[in-house]
Amino acid sequence: MSADHVERLRREGRIVIVGASLAGLRAAETLRAEGFAGDLTLIGDEPCEPYDRPPLSKSALLGMASPLRTELPRRREIDAKWRLGVAATGLDLAAKRVRLADGDEVEYDRLLIATGVRARPWFNEEEARLDGVCVLRTRQDAADLARRLKAGPRRVFVIGAGFAGSEVASACRETGLPVSMAERAAAPLVGALGGVVGAVAADLATEHGVDLRTHVTVTALEGDTVGRVRAVHLSDESVVEADVVVVSLGSLRNTEWLAGSGLGAGPRGIACDAGCRAFDFRGIVTDDVFVAGDVARSPHALFGYQFLSLEHWGNAVAQAETAAHNMICDGADRRPHLWMPAFWSSMFGVNIKSVGVPPMGEQLMITQGSLAERRFVGVYGHQGRIVAAVTFDNARWLEFYQRQIERGAPFPVEFSTPDRRPEGRQPVPAGFPDPSLPTHGPMVTLTGYSPADQQLVFHPARH
Amino acid sequence: MRLVVDLNKCQGYAQCAFLAPDVFAMHGEEALIYDPCPQEEQRERVARAVAACPVRAITADGLHRAGGTQEASDVR
Ligand SMILES: Cc1cc2nc3c(=O)[nH]c(=O)nc-3n(C[C@H](O)[C@H](O)[C@H](O)COP(=O)(O)OP(=O)(O)OC[C@H]3O[C@@H](n4cnc5c(N)ncnc54)[C@H](O)[C@@H]3O)c2cc1C
Ligand code: SF4
Repeated sequence: MSADHVERLRREGRIVIVGASLAGLRAAETLRAEGFAGDLTLIGDEPCEPYDRPPLSKSALLGMASPLRTELPRRREIDAKWRLGVAATGLDLAAKRVRLADGDEVEYDRLLIATGVRARPWFNEEEARLDGVCVLRTRQDAADLARRLKAGPRRVFVIGAGFAGSEVASACRETGLPVSMAERAAAPLVGALGGVVGAVAADLATEHGVDLRTHVTVTALEGDTVGRVRAVHLSDESVVEADVVVVSLGSLRNTEWLAGSGLGAGPRGIACDAGCRAFDFRGIVTDDVFVAGDVARSPHALFGYQFLSLEHWGNAVAQAETAAHNMICDGADRRPHLWMPAFWSSMFGVNIKSVGVPPMGEQLMITQGSLAERRFVGVYGHQGRIVAAVTFDNARWLEFYQRQIERGAPFPVEFSTPDRRPEGRQPVPAGFPDPSLPTHGPMVTLTGYSPADQQLVFHPARH
Repeated sequence: MRLVVDLNKCQGYAQCAFLAPDVFAMHGEEALIYDPCPQEEQRERVARAVAACPVRAITADGLHRAGGTQEASDVR
């Protein structure tokens, strides 16, 4: 691409962002901050300004914030055309056009896709429609759930003990509501942090009065005569009466609108290169379509060039900034998105934080504190290297471990730490479930392209 | 006035909770929770909290009453 072309793009080009949430907004701000002066359009199917989601399962359920007032602060004016409350329904890659649900079409010189994910609904549609059956992804979901919790249900039932489900269960207990939580795996958070740390999360939940049921699946939701949910049926044949059911079974990527567009988009997200440029379905990188946030999967040099899909707040921000920068740059000035994965959660008064990619680690070593005290640092190892660390109420150590991961420091951890606990000196199996079995929303997915999406017929080269 | 805390950056020093206790609160020993849309009368306190956060984890807009462009306070 010639420098002239880039100059013209920066001056008078047209940039369209589909998905007006965290990644979309931060990308728009970065474009303006870096001098993009052309037309900027943000398209979002939600009817409201970009808002923040993490408080929806935390302060909003605890009554500290209004679920309808979590709009994100603006870092600067972005002078954009907002098309809110209208979904993008199609993409014409050749004509560089986005089709909208209202029949309109928007042309672009550069497109950023930041359509994120949505909550996986309860599989039985009829049961999912019962009054009292909730999911938690949008602020409307949160407002609905908060209202139901405030009304004082007899019991809340959470299906799926990932981060979101556990945070809901925690908020219920804190506001004095009886809550049950069911999980297919052996413990909460197993998909994200493994069985050893999951066991700590299980103790935390039960000690705070959560009726935790593991190794079970929910088989049916039962309604009463007027269509309100009344009870939950489990695979161990038990039945739990509840009048609010929170379905927390992970997420689905918002890529359906790209079907047939020729982009490498499918149920696992949109594959892109480290510069956030989307691949087409042939695996050829586009140069005008970029992706960022929960919907993207991109290769990471630190983690064996595996394609990472991260449902992490910090990733959405960092990837949006990189994508925006690269959208208005020449090849040589482009930057890779090599962000160190990191997230936080808090439940039952405990601050949980992690860096790196825990599910990549086969082994775990507790290097500070102890599991029994629920105050510890756990370090994950993969093939002799540190790949991740998690802390429970010990976040100040994370930066140190982040640097260890960046350096590819050896595992088992060699340095001796100030507190030597018995469980701290030996690596143990981290206890991740077989990756080929489904878990509830691990937040990090290590993926290859799904064979079910295959659009190419593979012809081996003949010699 | 709107705000967001980058809780990846936040080190739980509780400075903000000390300066604007109606907006920021510690939840347990280390975890921070906050109101993303504080009342107008919290403006001064929020501004002080933003400035005092040792890791600059708080982004807020609408802190400067005079209006005009709403530059957020952590513009890099
Ligand atoms: C309840 C909850 C708690 C969370 N807590 C944490 C946490 O503690 N820590 C953490 O690191 N992360 C947390 N997250 C995850 C974090 O919020 C996400 O990683 C982040 O929102 C991703 O931003 P995004 O912009 O990529 O996607 P999203 O925020 O999902 O935004 C995508 C937007 O695109 C819109 N859209 C979709 N399809 C279309 C279309 N065809 N046309 C137009 N618009 C479309 C969607 O409606 C949505 O508004 C939490 C998420 C939830 C839901
Ligand atoms: S002052 Fe900053 S680091 Fe301290 S708790 Fe508040 S946001 Fe976190």
